[in-house]
Amino acid sequence: MATLQVNDIHTGYPKKKVIDGLTLPPLVSGEVTVLTGPNAAGKSTLLRAIAGLLHARGSVRYEGHELTTLSPQKRALYVSFMPQSVPTDINLSVMEAVISALKASPLDAATVNNEHLHHRAISVLERIGIAHLALEPLNQLSGGQRQMASLARSVVREPHILLLDEPTSALDLRHQLKVMRLARSFAQDGRIVVMVLHDLNLAMRWADRVVVMHHGELVSQGAPTEAITPAVIESVYGVRVRVEDCSQGQPNLIVDGEC
Amino acid sequence: MYPSTAVIEKGYRKQFIKRGTLLATLAVATVLSFLVDIAVGPSTLEFAGVLQAIFSPESVDLSTRVIVWEVRMPYAIMALLVGAALSLAGCEMQTIMNNAMASPFTLGVSAAASFGAALAIVIGFSIPGASGDWMIVVNAFLFAFGATLLLQALSSLRGTGPEGLVLFGIALVFLFNAFTGIMQYLASAEALQQFIFWSLGSLTKANWDNIPLLFGLFAVIAPFSLASAWQLTALRLGEESARSFGVAVKRLRFLSLIRISLLTAGATAFVGTIGFIGLVGPHIAKLLIGEDHRFSLPASILSGALIMSLASIISKAILSGAIVPVGIVTSLIGVPVFVALILNKRRR
Repeated sequence: MATLQVNDIHTGYPKKKVIDGLTLPPLVSGEVTVLTGPNAAGKSTLLRAIAGLLHARGSVRYEGHELTTLSPQKRALYVSFMPQSVPTDINLSVMEAVISALKASPLDAATVNNEHLHHRAISVLERIGIAHLALEPLNQLSGGQRQMASLARSVVREPHILLLDEPTSALDLRHQLKVMRLARSFAQDGRIVVMVLHDLNLAMRWADRVVVMHHGELVSQGAPTEAITPAVIESVYGVRVRVEDCSQGQPNLIVDGEC
Repeated sequence: MYPSTAVIEKGYRKQFIKRGTLLATLAVATVLSFLVDIAVGPSTLEFAGVLQAIFSPESVDLSTRVIVWEVRMPYAIMALLVGAALSLAGCEMQTIMNNAMASPFTLGVSAAASFGAALAIVIGFSIPGASGDWMIVVNAFLFAFGATLLLQALSSLRGTGPEGLVLFGIALVFLFNAFTGIMQYLASAEALQQFIFWSLGSLTKANWDNIPLLFGLFAVIAPFSLASAWQLTALRLGEESARSFGVAVKRLRFLSLIRISLLTAGATAFVGTIGFIGLVGPHIAKLLIGEDHRFSLPASILSGALIMSLASIISKAILSGAIVPVGIVTSLIGVPVFVALILNKRRR
């Protein structure tokens, strides 16, 4: 089982340190980990630091590789990051964009042969359920479709570690479920999937592990019902909640009001 | 019902062939425009005569041969080269700065070249070894190159993104225009006239000495641009995505800026300030062919060369017996296109 170790991370922006010495429990392949917490908790900052998009001190270690010291090309062999927002005004087809993700830096033999390349791109679009949009220009897609196309670009390189920053933010209910189901299936492929989510009920339903952050620090972590408790939610969000099992046995978070 | 893999692949190939055909059409149009450019002038030549003079010079009379080879051919080739260089530079600039309004003209590179030329013309200042007309060429080149490096240095300041780079570029336009204003204020009537003629942008400075220099520069740089096509396409998907795909974005931007500065500096040095080609050329290319840089870069090269060649023809047709500086023509065409682009962007 492959493990991602995130230890003693210090990171932030030029004039603002966001995270100062955060360590995560080991993240293992086959699992979906959800990072959650209130706005400005440092979730996306942490995800960017793991992706190597932000300068960070500390250690991000995967299978003997220190990811913080790898070149962008080498890091891209292991990690892929799906940003929260994607540019809207791009005159590229969905297929071209997915292929450009494959061709942007050397990957493997499959990216050399055009036929393999096309098949790989199309099979990802089929898996995500947007094959019918393959030849559509990105600037003519809806926000949700663009987000699904962005997910396709993030997974087409078959990363060992898949980092998704609020992948459901622009999606309707059905597509939210679809993305969560896909995240689970990417994990079942043997990947480490880490995602930032605001929807705690989605996190409880689909995550293997939840990490709750506040002010750049880890507040609680563990299995969803261990990490998301009324006491934790009250302390970080300032709202009163109950966690109750629904008729089908799923834990459900019910918000009663502000503290 | 989702389309099958074969259907999508066929559609993708069809799209590919369509874009290739568009590129070939642009190339044919450029060649035709080049031939018309040679044919048009104070003494209009027959199209067949032009072809004969090009492919079998010894079979035409001396005056036709001289007009074609010594007078019009250098102008026509320079038009293609300058258009291609500025448009390629504009295409790369718009991508690396993530701004559709970026071009060498709008970001101060041309203004810097003008100031360099003004220094040479008005006070005779240049680097040691440069003399005569070469002082203007060398100064324009160095200042255009320097301005792009300055943009690069400013953009590497912490917290400055592509948006900051555009603002710095606009500041450079005003700064160098102010410096050039001082030079104009100090200039003698003769120097002022010479500078104004230079700054209007004219192909009449083209000759068989400077064409190989610009051609060599373009021939060396363009392959590097084309080799970066996938990285540039990935960058259009957002900087974070591109970096996640393994693109060393800082390095890509730096090398691209070097290419842009050399192309712009080379083109501006030999013909003066040519407005809007670097903006309009890439836009037309992207409208026709999309933003897959495997196609949009060569399409920008061709559309820039074509527009410049057409502008050269128009510059000879406006006033009979006179050649209007081509920079005036490109600005006259470019301004309405520029306004249309802004309005179109707003509407979207």
